[in-house]
Amino acid sequence: MSAVIVSSEGCHLNSGCGFPAPSADIFFLEPYATLHIAGMDFVIGKTTILVALVALVISVFFLAAARPQRMVPGKLQSIGEQGYLFIRDQIAREVIGKDGDRFVPFLGALFFFVWLSNLMGVIPGAQFPIMSSLAFPVALTLVVYATYLYLGMKHQGPIKFFSAAMFPAGVPKAMYILLAPLELLQLVVTRPVTQAIRLFANMFAGHLLITTFTVGAYYLLSPSIIGALGSATSFGVTVVLTGFEMFIQFLQAFIFTLLTAVYIGGSLHAEH
Amino acid sequence: MSLLAELTGSIGSIGYGLAAIGPGVGIGIIFGNGVQAIARQPEAYGVIRQNMILGFALTEALALIGFVVPFVFGK
Repeated sequence: MSAVIVSSEGCHLNSGCGFPAPSADIFFLEPYATLHIAGMDFVIGKTTILVALVALVISVFFLAAARPQRMVPGKLQSIGEQGYLFIRDQIAREVIGKDGDRFVPFLGALFFFVWLSNLMGVIPGAQFPIMSSLAFPVALTLVVYATYLYLGMKHQGPIKFFSAAMFPAGVPKAMYILLAPLELLQLVVTRPVTQAIRLFANMFAGHLLITTFTVGAYYLLSPSIIGALGSATSFGVTVVLTGFEMFIQFLQAFIFTLLTAVYIGGSLHAEH
Repeated sequence: MSLLAELTGSIGSIGYGLAAIGPGVGIGIIFGNGVQAIARQPEAYGVIRQNMILGFALTEALALIGFVVPFVFGK
């Protein structure tokens, strides 16, 4: 975002230059340092630091909430329990069923990591949703992908797992010619790709939208009635959108975890 | 072959607008029917909401792919 502000420096409504609309460039931040290890470049930038921070905050919070387990929970412990119960009752038991309880730590870690990463998009000072860099949703999705493929092959056997997905019951035999390749493609390609793209694109679009209105408020700021009103309106829209964006961030983290639970549930029980 | 018609400018924006029509209708149907189902059977709220969000997520993916593709393939 800083790059945009610098390039639009002194660029206001009546100063002759057009509206410097932000583009996808705002997602490629200047790296702080680049390490060359074994012929590969490891970049340390804002995103790297934020990811480490998110991981640290979640680990410390849940360790602190879980360590002194009392019968009458303190403030920290009851917040931690609320989070745990939310994952267990709303996602694990609702979707997977009885044996969903052993996936609560996995789902919980996933949910809180994604949610806090998204939340970095609106926290002042950070203001960069980590999940708007495609690499992070892809990495998380690969973990989920490996998990449900492994679970499916372990619980149903490799052949039955794929054949159950490719030949759903209650379909006329002739339809399988058309259906089987599509179902296989859905299981192996479409699922992980859409799961990663959904999270990435939502954060990408939201951040771009907020940035556009922020730059708009700055651009319209000029000593004229239209400029002042437009700037105030644009700023107001930014505030409203930030609230909306926080809702979307929570929803996307929830959907990501919900889909993970659905896929795991599908791997555990054949007929679904 | 002579060129009959040409389209220039931000075609990506138009493409996104077109890509959003289907999911727009779809999401409307999903939430409309979901709310109707909850109104008819409030005790099944949990299951209905879960399936509603699931359907929403799957439909919305189409619009989001339409949003991302111009950034990827656009000049």
